[in-house]
Amino acid sequence: MKKITFTLNGESRTVAVAPHEVLLDVLRDKLGVKSPKVGCERGDCGACTILLDGKPVRSCLILAVEVEGQEITTLEGVGRDGPTPLQESFIRHNAFQCGFCAPGIVLAATALLEKNPKPTAHEVQEAISGNLCRCTGYEAIIESAVEAGRQGTARARKPAARKSANR
Amino acid sequence: MKFVGQSATRIDEREKVTGAAPYADDLDFGPNLLHAEIVESPHAHAIIKKIDVSRARKVPGVVKVVTGKDFPYTFGLYMQDRFIFARDRVRFVGEQVAAVIARDPVTAKRAARLVKVTYEPLPFVLDLKEALKEDALLVHPDLKNYGHCAWFFPVPDTNIAHWRKTRKGDIEAGFREADTVLEDTYTVPRYAHCAIEPHVIVGQCDLSGRLTLWSSSQSPHTQRHVFAAALAPLGLKHQDIRVITPYVGGGFGGKAGVSMEIIAAALALAVKGAPVKVRWTREQEFYNTYQRQGVIARIKMGVKKDGSITAIEHTLHWDAGAYVEYGANVVNAVGLSATGPYRVPNVKIDSVCVYTNLPPGGPYRGFGYSEFMFGLESHINRIAKMIGLDPVEFRRRNAIREGDTLPYGAHMNPCALVDAIDKTAAEIEWGKKEEAAAPNKVIGKGFACFWKAPAMPPNAASAAFLKFSEDGSVNISVSGMEIGQGYLTVMAQIAAEVLTVPPEKIRVETPDTDRNAYEWQTVGSHVTWGCGNAVKAAAEEARAKMIEVVHRVHGFAKEDLYLEDERVKCRAKPDFALAFKDFVINGIQTPRGNFLGGPILASGMFMPEFTSATGDPETSQGGHPNVHYTVGAAGIVLEVDKETGKMRVRKVVLAVDVGQAINPDLVKGQVVGGMLQGLATALYEDIRYSPAGKLLNPNFTDYKIPTALDLPDAIVPIIIETPQPDGPFGARGVGEHTMIPSAPIVANAIEDATGLRIKSLPLTAEKVALELRGIRYDDVKGETMGLCFMGDPQKYAFFAKSKA
Repeated sequence: MKKITFTLNGESRTVAVAPHEVLLDVLRDKLGVKSPKVGCERGDCGACTILLDGKPVRSCLILAVEVEGQEITTLEGVGRDGPTPLQESFIRHNAFQCGFCAPGIVLAATALLEKNPKPTAHEVQEAISGNLCRCTGYEAIIESAVEAGRQGTARARKPAARKSANR
Repeated sequence: MKFVGQSATRIDEREKVTGAAPYADDLDFGPNLLHAEIVESPHAHAIIKKIDVSRARKVPGVVKVVTGKDFPYTFGLYMQDRFIFARDRVRFVGEQVAAVIARDPVTAKRAARLVKVTYEPLPFVLDLKEALKEDALLVHPDLKNYGHCAWFFPVPDTNIAHWRKTRKGDIEAGFREADTVLEDTYTVPRYAHCAIEPHVIVGQCDLSGRLTLWSSSQSPHTQRHVFAAALAPLGLKHQDIRVITPYVGGGFGGKAGVSMEIIAAALALAVKGAPVKVRWTREQEFYNTYQRQGVIARIKMGVKKDGSITAIEHTLHWDAGAYVEYGANVVNAVGLSATGPYRVPNVKIDSVCVYTNLPPGGPYRGFGYSEFMFGLESHINRIAKMIGLDPVEFRRRNAIREGDTLPYGAHMNPCALVDAIDKTAAEIEWGKKEEAAAPNKVIGKGFACFWKAPAMPPNAASAAFLKFSEDGSVNISVSGMEIGQGYLTVMAQIAAEVLTVPPEKIRVETPDTDRNAYEWQTVGSHVTWGCGNAVKAAAEEARAKMIEVVHRVHGFAKEDLYLEDERVKCRAKPDFALAFKDFVINGIQTPRGNFLGGPILASGMFMPEFTSATGDPETSQGGHPNVHYTVGAAGIVLEVDKETGKMRVRKVVLAVDVGQAINPDLVKGQVVGGMLQGLATALYEDIRYSPAGKLLNPNFTDYKIPTALDLPDAIVPIIIETPQPDGPFGARGVGEHTMIPSAPIVANAIEDATGLRIKSLPLTAEKVALELRGIRYDDVKGETMGLCFMGDPQKYAFFAKSKA
C-alpha cells in the first residue's frame, strides 16, 4: 500500500492504495465518489470519465498511484453550488434518458466549453465521441451543449441562477 | 389539457445531470460486503464430471465456494428450463458452473481460477439445420418434464421448445387467387443490447431469513416472483423476499425477467448475514444475460395485380440458444403477428423456437418484430416491383385499419397507418430521385411500415399508490422502471392532469417490492398505457376523496365541485377555492372547531380484462392474446459509396401513431434513440461466434455501437395521435417501435440506390462493397458466424413448410 495525496473536487485527499488499484475503483469504493460509473473497464465506453487537471480521461485506465499531486474533478465537483449553465441546458433539453452515461458526457462537454466556449455541433460530437450512450441517439445532448455555448454562458462550471424546472 | 401533451422537463433529469441519481452499483453496503466471481463453462456442451473446490476454498479471504449441488433448483419466467448453476451438464460457453465468494473482488477472481472442473465434452449443436434434423442431438433431453406457461407448445424429444402456429382463411386458396407469388429466405443474426450499465445485483439474507436484493432490473416484482418460485424448496416465500430497484442504466429488454440475478439470490442464502455483490463484466453482459435471437425466415406471399395481398405464409426458425425461459415468448409474439400491419385474408405462420448450444436468447427492444419485419418489408418492396406498383402505394393499399381481423381472429384497434405512410413519404420526398455530388456515390430511398403489440400474459397488471404531503405536493409509488424512457415523468404528467398539480410537485419513486404498488414488468412498451391507467385511476380516487371531504364540510353538491390550480372549487359558488395544502393532510375545520377528513390516500389498478391466451394451438384462433398494436412508417434517404460500400444516412423519418403523446419531447427521444439503435443493427453491429460456439467480440472495441459521430444528418420524428380508447388520455406505447423499421428501410434504400438486394443482416459496408463486385458474402465470410446457420440460406430446408 502506498499513500497518495491529490486534490479531489477542490479538497486535498489522502488515501492508501495498492499498486494495482485503478483510479475508478479508488474513487468509488475508497472515497465514496459514485458519479464515475463502471461500464466496460477497458476504456471503450467513457462512463468513468473524470477531469484530470482539467482534461477528460477514463479513470478505469489510470492507476491510482499515478495521480499523486494532481487535480481531479468528478461530476460531484461541478454542480456543487447548483447546476452550471451547461447542466441547466441539458435539463431543459431532456438530454439524457437512463442517465448512466451522463456523468462522463457532462464532464467531457464541460471540458470542451472551458476550452472552446462556443463550439459547433461537430466539435461537440468530437468531444463526446469517446462517451457511449445507448439511449438517446445523442441529438439532444449535442443541442444542449451547442446552445449553452451560444447563450454565452461561457464558463461552464459556474453555477447558473436557479430556474424553474418546467419549460 | 394542461399537463398531458406538454413537453415537460423530466422529473429525474436534474438528478441524472448532477450525478445524484443512484444506480444499483452505487449503493453502499459497508465493510461486510462480499464479492462473487463466477466459474464459467469453456465448452458449448459438456458433462460436468467433477468440481474440485478444495484449492479455491483455502485461499485467504475466500468465504465460500458454491456449486450446482448447493442449489439444485430450476427457474424461468415462462419455462423452467434453467438451473441456478449448471447441473450435470453445461449448454453454452460462459454458463455459470460455480461461484467463489470472497472478501474482495481480486481474491474472488484469483480463487475462481483454482476451481477445477472436469468436463466430458459432448457434441454440440450451433446450426439450426443440425438442431432440427430427425436424430438431432438434444440440448434438453428432459424438455417434456419442464414446467411452462399455458400458451407454449414444446415438442418432446426434439430441440423445439415452442411452436406457435397461426392459421387464418385458406392459405392454398389464397395463393391460387394470386396473380403473382414470391417466395424467398431472409436471415437475421443475433444482437446484443449493450446497455451502458452492466447487470449488477446485491443480495443479503439476514439472520432472520429475510432476503433483500438491490437489483438493476426492469422487473422487480417479477424477479421476486421468480426467486420465490425457484427458492421455494428452501422455504422462501414472497413475503420473505424484497427487491429494491434504483435507477437502471439502460435496459432494452436485457434487464427484463431474471437472468444472472438468480445467482445473487442463491449466494445470499449461502452466506447469510452478509451482503454479496454480483457485478457482470462487459464480457459477461454480452454472453450471459440475454441476446436478441437469430432467425432464418421463409416468406411466401401472393398478390393480385391491383396490389392486394391474398396470402402470406411465414415460417421462422429461431436460434433461441441454450435456455428459452424468456426467449420462447419472443417466438410466440412473432407467431401471432408476422403478417405485419396489413390486411391479409389468408395466413399461415409457423414460428419455431429451437434450442442450440449458444448463449440464451431473450427479450430485446422490438421483441422479435425487428427480426421478422426485415424480411417482410424487404419482400414487399420486391413483390410490389414485380407487379409494377410503387412500394409505398402497395403499402397504402394493404395497410391495416381499425376493425380489420387480425391473424388470430381479434380485431384491430384504432390507428392511422395510412396517415403515417403519407406523412413519411412526403417528408422524404418519395418518388423524387436525388443525385449524389460525387461520381462514385449514389442515393437511394427506402420505406417500411411497422407494428408491434406488447407481449404480455393476459393478467399482467399495474397498480399505483398516491398520497399528498402538507404542502400539497404528491408522492406516487408504482413499480414500473425508469429505464430511460421517461416513465416517471409521464406518470407525473398523467396524475398532474387529473389533480391539477404541476409535475414538478409530484415525486414518482423507483420501486421497492415491499412498499410500492405492484407492476408486472417494464417491458413491451406497455407501462405508459397500463401503469398510466393505474396512476390515472389513483388520481381520480384521490380527487373523489378530496371532493367528498369538501362536500361533507361545506355541503356543496359533489357534482358542482372540481379541481383547478391545486384548489377545490365550486361551480355554484365561484368565490370558493380551497387550496389542497390547506386540507390534504390535516383535514378541514368545521364551525364546531373539529376537523373532518385527514390524509388523502388513493390507489389505482389496471389489468386488461379483455385479453386471453386461449387460442387453439393449431390455429391460434379464439383468444385475444394482444391488447393493441402501435403502428407507423419510416423512410430513409441513403447515400451509398459504390467503391467502399460505406453508407451515409442523409435523412431518416419515422411517423408513429402513439394515440396521445403524453410528453412529445420524450416521444421524440424514443424516435431518435430507437432509430439510431436500429440503424446500428442494420449497418455495423456484427456479432461473431467461433465454430466452437465461443463469442468472439464481447466488447465495444469489436462490437461497434454508435458514437456521437455516427448520427444521421437528420432524424425527423412525426407524431400521430389516434386515441387508444382504453389508454390514459388515449395513449399507447412507443418505446420499442422506433427501431423496428430501421433495417428494412436501409435494405430497401440500398436496392433503390444500387439494384442490390441483400437478404441477410447486417448490411455492412463490407458486404455491400463485396456484393457490388459480384462476390457473394456467404462465399467469403469465413467460419465465424452471427447467425446459427452456416450454409447457404437458400438451401435451408424449412421442415415446417411441408406440415399442415
